[in-house]
Amino acid sequence: MTTPEAAAPMLAIRDLRVSFPTDDGVVHAVNGMDLTLARGETVGIVGESGSGKTVTSQALMGLLKDTAAEVTGQILLDGQDLNTLTETRMRAYRGKKIAMIFQDPLSAMHPFYPVGAQIAEAYRVHNDVSKKAAAQVAVDMLGRVGIPDPKRRCAAYPHEFSGGMRQRAMIAMALVCEPELLIADEPTTALDVTVQAQILDLLNELQDETGTSVILVTHDLGVVAEVCHQVVVMYGGECVEQATVAKLFEDPRHPYTQGLLASMPSLAQRSERLNPIPGFPPSLLALPNGCLFADRCPKTHLVPDDACGTRRPTLTGLDGHPSRCHLETLQPTGEVAR
Amino acid sequence: MTPLLEVTDLTKHFPTRSRGFRPGGGGIKAVDGVSFSVDAGQTLGLVGESGCGKSTTGRLLMRLLEPTSGSVRLDGREIAELRSSELQEYRRRVQMVFQNPSSSLNPRQSVGSAIAAPLLAQRITPAGGVKAKVRDLMDRVGLRPDHYNRFPHEFSGGQKQRVGIARALALDPQLIICDEPVSALDVSVQAQVINLLEDIQRDTGVAYLFIAHDLSVVQHFADRIAVMYLGKIMEYGDTPRVFGAPEHPYTRALLSAVPQPDPAADRSGRIRLKGDLPSPADPPRGCVFQSRCPVHTQLDPQRRRLCSESVPSGDIACHHADVAAEMLATTTSR
Ligand SMILES: Nc1ncnc2c1ncn2[C@@H]1O[C@H](COP(=O)(O)OP(=O)(O)OP(=O)(O)O)[C@@H](O)[C@H]1O
Ligand SMILES: Nc1ncnc2c1ncn2[C@@H]1O[C@H](COP(=O)(O)OP(=O)(O)O)[C@@H](O)[C@H]1O
Ligand code: SF4
Ligand code: SF4
Ligand SMILES: [Mg+2]
Ligand SMILES: [Mg+2]
Repeated sequence: MTTPEAAAPMLAIRDLRVSFPTDDGVVHAVNGMDLTLARGETVGIVGESGSGKTVTSQALMGLLKDTAAEVTGQILLDGQDLNTLTETRMRAYRGKKIAMIFQDPLSAMHPFYPVGAQIAEAYRVHNDVSKKAAAQVAVDMLGRVGIPDPKRRCAAYPHEFSGGMRQRAMIAMALVCEPELLIADEPTTALDVTVQAQILDLLNELQDETGTSVILVTHDLGVVAEVCHQVVVMYGGECVEQATVAKLFEDPRHPYTQGLLASMPSLAQRSERLNPIPGFPPSLLALPNGCLFADRCPKTHLVPDDACGTRRPTLTGLDGHPSRCHLETLQPTGEVAR
Repeated sequence: MTPLLEVTDLTKHFPTRSRGFRPGGGGIKAVDGVSFSVDAGQTLGLVGESGCGKSTTGRLLMRLLEPTSGSVRLDGREIAELRSSELQEYRRRVQMVFQNPSSSLNPRQSVGSAIAAPLLAQRITPAGGVKAKVRDLMDRVGLRPDHYNRFPHEFSGGQKQRVGIARALALDPQLIICDEPVSALDVSVQAQVINLLEDIQRDTGVAYLFIAHDLSVVQHFADRIAVMYLGKIMEYGDTPRVFGAPEHPYTRALLSAVPQPDPAADRSGRIRLKGDLPSPADPPRGCVFQSRCPVHTQLDPQRRRLCSESVPSGDIACHHADVAAEMLATTTSR
């Protein structure tokens, strides 16, 4: 877990917004997502269920193109804005420059093709090689992700693998074209802890070897602390805080992050009483004008003029550790900067 | 003092489809000779990875399944011997809360009537008093009176779990079996529900069998812990002892696999298990943990043979717990 030096941001997301028209009205799933990621780094996206983590990943992969979803903002990969690409041009990126792994590998794999053939096919989409050469690449790749006897295992079908092996196979499929960016959406949530530990170790090792940048979506702050360099905390579809892992745990700035950390039971210290965040996340159908966290926030009284209830805070802060909270812009005079 | 619940050698074998069921042979040994007890007003945590037999144990205790063998006693009475009127009384005293709050509620039944259902079925509360009792229960679990006529789909996961808890509380049980009650909930909501369960225990003296795979939740909640692996209990003891000084190699591995929400934590002494869980239809002979045990591979041949020849038993179900600690310490501190 060393942060690469002099890393130019390879990925920059600027004010990403995604909304879905539905029968009940417009669902504002992502409302201002900002993120920068340097080459070879891992950034964790954490947040509660419904906070927009998966929708953000889908937007990055261009999976919302040609759907009813409205996607605005910039997704700059090596300076190229992916959001402006057509579906046809996006195909050259998907799998080659950006790849994705999911919580449920079965849904991402074809049930009736052998695992090896699927990895070989993923390779051939972007590489002009013979079937035989691609098959060998698949064997090598399965071996690299720690599947014993890879040559024989290539012929197996996904359902013949255990959950942990399937996740390894999916990682092999995603990494076979050596993408610059890997998006992993809850890759270990469905696994048991001892197998989760194996898969997280594997991701760490592969990243050290290949230098791929990784976006790891999770709701588990423990997982973030294990494998990430940077963290983005999402709430109500917004990025509310971004920091290095060390800073986030040492000095969480946003009241939501503080609440999240305080509500976790810890193995290291047994506490007498847990401290839940009261209330529920906001409805994404009718967002309030003020801060999305205002009705659950214990710090609104520190901000004058009911700014929390009336004005949406922007992402501000020093030292590359921004937080979306009016407290960040509070002037010595007690006024909130506009 | 007799424990409230005493489980001895409880076993459930499911027939496998291919070979048919042969008692003693074949079949899935979902629960295989499990023993533990729960004292009145206390919490026993049952932990282990998926498929190890936690839910099956819970369902056996609820009498939703017939055990293959073994004994379950509530206040000293063997439940297999209960007559049907007594069984109804048992079903009042032992209640269950499920993992998935959505699937355990009827989508067409209002929340108020869902909570009233057990009261009406048991006919102990006078008809007129049911509504008042339901409102009282709703208040206790933190639901508002205007939630009474609402339907489950209008509720969040945490609220649905509150409804499930109110329902379980309706008949003043002595024991509630909670099968992963907070696993489907977000951390901040999880903490709300755990605090609620703790308040209820303090106020009513109810005992819990708390089934979970999240060790930090169980450590917070349970007085005593049973760690299961492939249908058997590997380690059993008081929570501070099991977490503070685990002795079974599996317990140690399980604890060191939990991701620590602390970037500065010391990660050097970790134990990593190789491979996946074996199939419960074909567990290793002797000690079921053998195929993944990091101690087993380091033992001398004679000790190793014992692992495959004899099934370890007791509160620390390992033949070699005496040398395990030392061996694990030397292999992992690279
Ligand atoms: N196609 C869609 N149409 C309408 N609403 C959608 C669609 N996809 C997602 N949403 C909504 O967008 C919000 C964010 O969803 P998303 O799946 O990104 O959450 P998440 O953070 O990944 O949550 P989880 O932790 O449960 O996976 C949710 O309210 C969801 O219901
Ligand atoms: N009705 C059943 N028929 C056959 N096998 C079953 C049945 N119920 C559970 N099992 C098997 O018994 C084992 C234990 O299951 P379960 O008690 O649900 O595990 P846990 O709750 O610990 O995840 C698993 O291998 C499971 O597949
Ligand atoms: S802006 Fe106000 S309500 Fe929002 S997090 Fe900051 S203090 Fe809390
Ligand atoms: S009995 Fe042998 S295989 Fe089983 S846990 Fe102990 S050392 Fe490991
Ligand atoms: Mg998701
Ligand atoms: Mg279960």
